[in-house]
Amino acid sequence: MRRSREPFLWAMFSGGGMLAALFLPAAILVLWVAAPLGWVDLTVYDTFAGLVRHPVARFGLFGFVSLALFHWAHRFRYTLYDGLQLYHLNDLIAALTYGTATVLCLAAGVILIIL
Amino acid sequence: MGGPVNPGYTRHHPRWHRRRIPIFWWLEKASYTKFIARELTSLAVGYTALVLMLQVWSLARGPESYDRFVSWLQLRPVVALHIVMLGLLVYHSVTWLSLAPRALVLRFARRRLPGTVVLLMHYAAWLVASAAVLWLLVAG
Repeated sequence: MRRSREPFLWAMFSGGGMLAALFLPAAILVLWVAAPLGWVDLTVYDTFAGLVRHPVARFGLFGFVSLALFHWAHRFRYTLYDGLQLYHLNDLIAALTYGTATVLCLAAGVILIIL
Repeated sequence: MGGPVNPGYTRHHPRWHRRRIPIFWWLEKASYTKFIARELTSLAVGYTALVLMLQVWSLARGPESYDRFVSWLQLRPVVALHIVMLGLLVYHSVTWLSLAPRALVLRFARRRLPGTVVLLMHYAAWLVASAAVLWLLVAG
């Protein structure tokens, strides 16, 4: 990993961290805790599919998911680096984390196009 | 001079200059453990992004597929896992927003805004964003 890429990766990390901090707790509370426990009713397929199929939602989800994935990749890379002292595996870890994030971003793009 | 400048050069500090650090160094002090816990919230962010996309994919494949996804979400162990994830995400939000006053210098009338003001603005943004999400998903 060349030095010059670091500011770009840091910007992705930072943007993803901010969006996740602002939006994720509420979204996950509703979608994966309140709805499955029956506190709110989100099971109407058509309404929900209509909401997600809106072009603004597709672009928004793609941007959000990409930034969140690169946030994970960048931060987890340094957690392994500092936490487990894996200095000698730095290049391999960078390739695996950013590579995974890139592949999942492409998959997210395909899913949001075929939706 | 002649010859290599430093034949013993390694990319990092020579081993003999470094104290050996045990692999679980971050369990020695509460502040270290909190630091690693804060850094590990990235796993919750990554997991959430991935599973949100799986949820959207199940929507794309039609009502039956989406129903299967919803019944997976309703399994008790999955709900428990997601409550843990929610806890990590809230920890991410609190720690991330609390760094904002140190990362962001805002000026008003040529004077730097105090850190508490910057912090409160970020918490207000969190509140507004959460209200927007609730409105969009529950009322919309």
